[in-house]
Amino acid sequence: MRLLKLVPDDTNYDFLKWRKLASFMSFFLVVVSIALVAVKGLNLGIDFVGGQSVRVEFTQTMPPIEDIREAVGEIGVGEATIQQFGSDSAVSIRTALPDGDKAAAERAGQQLVAGIQKAFPTARTGSVETVSGKVSEELLRTGAISLALAMLGISIYIWIRFEWQFGVGALGRLFHEVALTFGFFAITQLQFDLNSVAALLTIVGYSLNDTIVVYDRIRENLKKYRKMDIVPLLNLSINETLARTVMTSVSILLALGVLLVMGPDVIFGFTAAMLFGVFVGTYSSILMSTPVLVWLKVGPHSFVPRTVAGIEGGERVERKDDGAVV
Amino acid sequence: MLDFPRWKTIGISIILLLGIVFSIPSFLPTKAFESLPGFAQAKVNLGLDLAGGSHLLLEADIADLRKTQLTNMEKTVRTAMRGDSGPDDDIAIGELSNAGGGISFLVRDQAQLDEARERLFSETRGAGLTGQRDWNINVVDSQRIVLTPTSAGQTQAVANAMDTARDIIDKRVNALGTREPTIIREGDDRVVVQVPGLQDPAALKELIGKTARLEFRMVDTNADPAEAAAGRVPVGSEIVPYAEGEGSGAPFEVLRRQVMISGEQLINAQQSYDPQSGQPVVSIRFDSGGSSTFAKVTAQNVGKRFAMVLDGKVLSAPSINEPILGGSAQISGSFSVASANALAISLRSGALPVKMTVVEERTVSPELGQDSIEKGVLAGIIATVSVLTLMLVVYGRFGVYANLALVFNVFLIIAIMAAFNATLTLPGIAGFVLTVGAAVDANVLINERIREELKRGRRPFQAVELGYTEASRAIFDANVTNVIAAGLMFWFGSGPIKGFAVVLTIGIVTSVFTAVTVTRMFVAHWLRTNRPTSINI
Repeated sequence: MRLLKLVPDDTNYDFLKWRKLASFMSFFLVVVSIALVAVKGLNLGIDFVGGQSVRVEFTQTMPPIEDIREAVGEIGVGEATIQQFGSDSAVSIRTALPDGDKAAAERAGQQLVAGIQKAFPTARTGSVETVSGKVSEELLRTGAISLALAMLGISIYIWIRFEWQFGVGALGRLFHEVALTFGFFAITQLQFDLNSVAALLTIVGYSLNDTIVVYDRIRENLKKYRKMDIVPLLNLSINETLARTVMTSVSILLALGVLLVMGPDVIFGFTAAMLFGVFVGTYSSILMSTPVLVWLKVGPHSFVPRTVAGIEGGERVERKDDGAVV
Repeated sequence: MLDFPRWKTIGISIILLLGIVFSIPSFLPTKAFESLPGFAQAKVNLGLDLAGGSHLLLEADIADLRKTQLTNMEKTVRTAMRGDSGPDDDIAIGELSNAGGGISFLVRDQAQLDEARERLFSETRGAGLTGQRDWNINVVDSQRIVLTPTSAGQTQAVANAMDTARDIIDKRVNALGTREPTIIREGDDRVVVQVPGLQDPAALKELIGKTARLEFRMVDTNADPAEAAAGRVPVGSEIVPYAEGEGSGAPFEVLRRQVMISGEQLINAQQSYDPQSGQPVVSIRFDSGGSSTFAKVTAQNVGKRFAMVLDGKVLSAPSINEPILGGSAQISGSFSVASANALAISLRSGALPVKMTVVEERTVSPELGQDSIEKGVLAGIIATVSVLTLMLVVYGRFGVYANLALVFNVFLIIAIMAAFNATLTLPGIAGFVLTVGAAVDANVLINERIREELKRGRRPFQAVELGYTEASRAIFDANVTNVIAAGLMFWFGSGPIKGFAVVLTIGIVTSVFTAVTVTRMFVAHWLRTNRPTSINI
C-alpha cells in the first residue's frame, strides 16, 4: 500500500529567507490587532461585564429581529444586544447590568424572561444567565491572571529546559498568538467570555507544543552540526520537522473543523477561536519562532561549554561577529 | 526495542482492560446503570450545560450579619446585667446603644463596674482555637462599657454563619426532591448551589433565597395613624411595611418591637388550605414553650390584632377572636400552592443566619442540554473518525497502532473521569476533541522520526528504536507545558474553564501513556514476531 505523504520527502525550503518579511508581517499584525481591540473593542460577554443573557428558541417561525428588539425594548431592561445562533431559530438576548444592588441583575433577569414569554408565548427560554457586577469583575481578573501566569510559567519552563534565548523566543511567540487571537475576537465581534479565556489558554498550550518540537530539533542539531552556520541550521531544523508540523496541524484542524460545523452552537465562538489559533500557530512555528534565535545569537556554545573546548584543546570554536560559529 | 518485558505487557494490558471496564457504566442507560452493584456505580457526571439545570452563586450580606451580631449582643448584655438570682442581682444600666459598629452602655452605679465587666467576660468567649476573644471590652469615661467585635470574632461569626447557612440551604434543596444537588461553600462568604435537571429556577431561588425569619408581634393599638404616616411612632414600636401584594389599607403596620414568638419555636410547618376560603396557606405548630406563650399572649389580647412578620415584612395582621390554645396557627397571604410549599420548607429548615443574595445564575433547559450533548457527541465521533482515517492513510500499519492507542485513550479518559466522578461540561467536549487532535501529535512525532531514520539508511529495528527515544524528549517537554497551562486554568479559572482543564489534564496524561507506551508494545510485538527487513511507513 502506498502511503500518503502530506509533505514531500527531503524538503529544503529556505524559510529563514523570509524572516524579515515574516517578522515585519507579524509585528504589523500584532499592532493591527492591538489597534482593533482598542478601537472596536471586544464584545465582552456577561461573564465579564455583568448583566443577563437569555437564549430564546422559537418553536414556530422566528419573528424578525426588529420585532424582538422592539419587544425587549418595551420590557424596560435597557439596551439589548440580540444575536442569532447560526441557522437555528434561536437568538441570544443580552442586556447590560442594571444599576442598583447585587440582586438587581437577578431581578432584571427575571423581568426579561417574563417579558419575553409574554411577548412571544410560543418561545422557549433555553438558558438564562445573570452575573452581578462584583462577580464579573472577579471573573475578568482571574481570567487575566491565569492567562498571564500560563504565559510566564511556560516561558520559565522553556528557559530552564533550553536556554534563555529560547525562553524569550517562546514568550514573544506566545504574545504574538495571544495578541492575534484578541484581534480575531475584536474583528469578528464574537462574544468574549470565560470560554474564550479557555480557548486562549489552549492556544497558548498548543502553540508551545509546536515551538518545543522545533526548538528540540534545533538543540539537537546544534549539538550535532557544530560547524554549521545558524541560518542553514535553523532552516534544516524547520524542514526536518515540517512533515510533523503539517500533519499535526491538519489533524487538529480537521477535528476542530468538524466541531465548528456540526458541534453545538453554544461553543461556536470557542471553537472558532481555537481554529484560528491553530492556524496562526502553524504559521508561527514555521516562520515566526526561529528568527529571534538568530538575533539573540544562539549557537552551539549555548549547549556545549565553550571554555572546555578552548582550554582542553578540543574542537576549536571561533565566533564570528554575526554570532554564527565556524 | 524488542526487549519488551512480559510484566510490562501484562501491566499495560491490565490498565487498558480496567479502562474499558470502568468506562462501560458511563455508556449505559440510566436504568441499566442503577441495576449495577454500588461499587460499579461510578460514571461521568454531565455538567449543567449538558444535563440542564441551575447553577446559583449566593453571597452572604455581611453587613446584615454584623447587624444581627450586634442585636444579639445587645440582648446578651441585657440578660447578663439582669443577673441570675432575682432583682437583687441586677446591675442598673442606661444609654444602651449599638451605633457605630459596637455596643456601649452606662453602668449607673460605678461600684458595679467591675462586676459588669466580669459578667461580660464570660459571655465573650474565645473565637475559635486561637483563644482570642470575639469582643473587646473597654471602659471609657470611668462608667461606660464599650464592646467592639474583634476581627477574629467577626471572621469566626461569618464562618459559623456560612456553615449553618450551607446546612440550611442543603435541607431546603433536598426537600425539593431533586436528584444529586451540589451545595458547597466557596470562598469566605459564598455558597454554590447546583441542581441538575431543574425545570424552574425561579422556585429554587424563592426557596433558598428566603431568610425565613418568622416573627409574631403585636400591633401597637396606641399608635396614631396620622403620626405613623409621618414616621413618628410610640417608644418601643416600629413601622413594618407589608410584603408585596399584601395588606389592603395602609402600606405598613405599627408593631411592638418585642417579639411574641419567633420561628425558632416552630416544630413543623406544612402547606395546607384555608378551610373557609380554600386558599393555600401554611400551617405551623409551635413547641411546648411556644404554645404556652402563644396561648398566654392571645388570651390577654383578645380583640386586638397581632402580625405575622416574615423577613421584616408583614404578611398578615389578623384580629385575635379567641385565645389560641392548641399551639398551631395558619399563615395566610397571597400564596400559590408552590409558594406556600416553599415557605413551609423554608420555615421547617430554619431561618438563614444571614441574608443571601444571588450574584450569579446560569440555567440551561434540559432540551438545550440534550441538544448540546447530541451535537457534541456526534461531532466528537466524526472528528475522531476523520483523524483515524488520516492517520491510517498516512502511516499505514503504524497508523493502525496509533489509532488503537487513540481508541484506548478515549476509554481511559472516560474511565478516569468516572472514577473521580468528574463532570463533563460543554467546553469539556471541546477539550476532548482537542485531546484527540493533539493525541496523534505524539504518534506523528514518533512516526516521522522513524521515517527520517529509515531515510538515513538505518535498519528497521534501529530506526524504530531511535524514533521512540528521540521523539520522547520533545513529547515530554511539549506535554509538560500543556499541563502547566491546564493546571493554571484549573486553579485560577472558574466554572467552564475548570471543566475544560480537568478533561485536558486527564487527556494529556492518558494520551502520553497510550501514544508512547501502548503503541510501543504493539510495535515491539510485531517486530519480534515478524522480523521485517523493511518498514512501510
